[in-house]
Amino acid sequence: MGIIRAKNLIYNYIKRDEEDKIEEINEAVKDVTLDIEEGEFVAVLGHNGSGKSTLAKHMNALLLPSEGTIWIGGRDTKAEEALLEVRQTAGMVFQNPDNQIIASVVEEDVGFGPENMGVPTDEIWRRVDECLQAVGMSAYREVSPNRLSGGQKQRVAIAGVMAMEPKCIVLDEPTAMLDPNGRREVIRTVRELNKKKGITVILITHYMEEVIHADRIYVMDEGAIALEGTPEEIFSRVEELKNFRLDVPQVTELAYNLRKKGIPLSPCILDIQDFVRELAEFRKQRVSL
Amino acid sequence: MMRDITLGQYYPVESPVHKLDPRTKLFGTLALIIALFVADNVFCYGIAAVFLFGIIAVSKVPVRHILKGLKPVIFLLLFSATFNLFLTPGEELIHFWVFTITKEGLIRAGMMAVRLIFLVMGTSLLTFTTTPNQLTDGLERSLRFLKVFRVPVHEIAMMMSIALRFIPILVEETDKIMKAQMARGADFETGGLIKKAKAMIPLLVPLFISAFRRASDLAMAMEARCYHGGEGRTKMKPLKYRTADRFAYVILLVFPVSVAFLRVFL
Repeated sequence: MGIIRAKNLIYNYIKRDEEDKIEEINEAVKDVTLDIEEGEFVAVLGHNGSGKSTLAKHMNALLLPSEGTIWIGGRDTKAEEALLEVRQTAGMVFQNPDNQIIASVVEEDVGFGPENMGVPTDEIWRRVDECLQAVGMSAYREVSPNRLSGGQKQRVAIAGVMAMEPKCIVLDEPTAMLDPNGRREVIRTVRELNKKKGITVILITHYMEEVIHADRIYVMDEGAIALEGTPEEIFSRVEELKNFRLDVPQVTELAYNLRKKGIPLSPCILDIQDFVRELAEFRKQRVSL
Repeated sequence: MMRDITLGQYYPVESPVHKLDPRTKLFGTLALIIALFVADNVFCYGIAAVFLFGIIAVSKVPVRHILKGLKPVIFLLLFSATFNLFLTPGEELIHFWVFTITKEGLIRAGMMAVRLIFLVMGTSLLTFTTTPNQLTDGLERSLRFLKVFRVPVHEIAMMMSIALRFIPILVEETDKIMKAQMARGADFETGGLIKKAKAMIPLLVPLFISAFRRASDLAMAMEARCYHGGEGRTKMKPLKYRTADRFAYVILLVFPVSVAFLRVFL
């Protein structure tokens, strides 16, 4: 049984008018069933409004399902007494780096989670040291978060979640507000945590470049899971992805079209360098034949 | 840059005063305020001066830097001194037209001025030597007894520290909104007070909306990190009295007592 498991999960945003009568029901998540194993790196892809953030908030019990059930570490999130335990099992990193840093000193912010959990002081310090090291921010521990770049702030936020020692981290579009450098920084950090510490990662994003290293990808559209598979499987379905309004990088599409014409390129080509390398390889093989 | 704005302008140097526990410094400020209101003769003020300038010397904050803090209160200072000077009855020194300056008025005005100056210097010394975070921590601990009266001390302290964290962010945002509106022809500079105030409305509306949005995001982020109020919470940096604090408390107790003693017996 996986660490995160959802069965027929449905969530409705209900809009009410002034007399509290239901005006409109917006089905944000429709009948989602998924199972994520411990130690996996899972990506959830989807365009704006596909319900991916709503799904993410269920993994931290910030939202409770309208229908269906979601279990985090074997616990039903609807049970109120399990709330803190659910949040300790699955930590969450949000989109806006400014709006999730609470303290005005980096190290104090990392210590915020453990403080809330009632961890003894010595242990808090140990965790803060360890987590700042893990995200490579030890040099900035006494700095004000306002002086950090977006990518650095996001790494501090990740450290803040790590300090709660969760089994699983849910990242809700952590790179949406960052520049390309910051994005790389954050994705590299997340991958390292997954590889070195065996933390389960659920990365929610609409950038295809970021999901290439995932073990498994869920593609969401209109609140439902539209596709599921490994990056190779998903990226070889360019046409369908475009239907889900996902930005397929130009080179990927080019490679896809070339593959259709019989040139054996890998389906996971996401940048020009990979493309050039693969093409060169292909030519070499042809020449040697 | 506006980015580095801090409340009370913390003056970062290494000194024994900076290292004291914030509660000790809060108590010290309170002792100074009490002593200054009790004081009513030259000897009392003499002791207060020795006390205040002694701490300033130990704190390594330049006196000139502290005196700068007096600028905003100069008007108040002159105002109260003038009234005391002319309106105190007693032995007449100078008389012209409707104004009379008396000996008592002169003394009283002088004392009033010194009292105000010392008060401002003492309280700004507190903020110069204590970071806003330490200050909120100190307040939270020292006011904990108010919990008995159902005052949400922890929540207020948490609100204060979050407010401090968001000041620079909101300042930056104001700047951004202002520039965006100036680019579209808004005028914040010309006109009278009323016109200027009216020009601020289109600035405040988006600022408030974004502040509410930030607040809602932040609340969610805090909840996701298991925040559930002050109960069962531990501290990463708990306040702890050290030997220097005990030593400081002795001085802080002797000082107001000696001022009171001088007032009664001299």
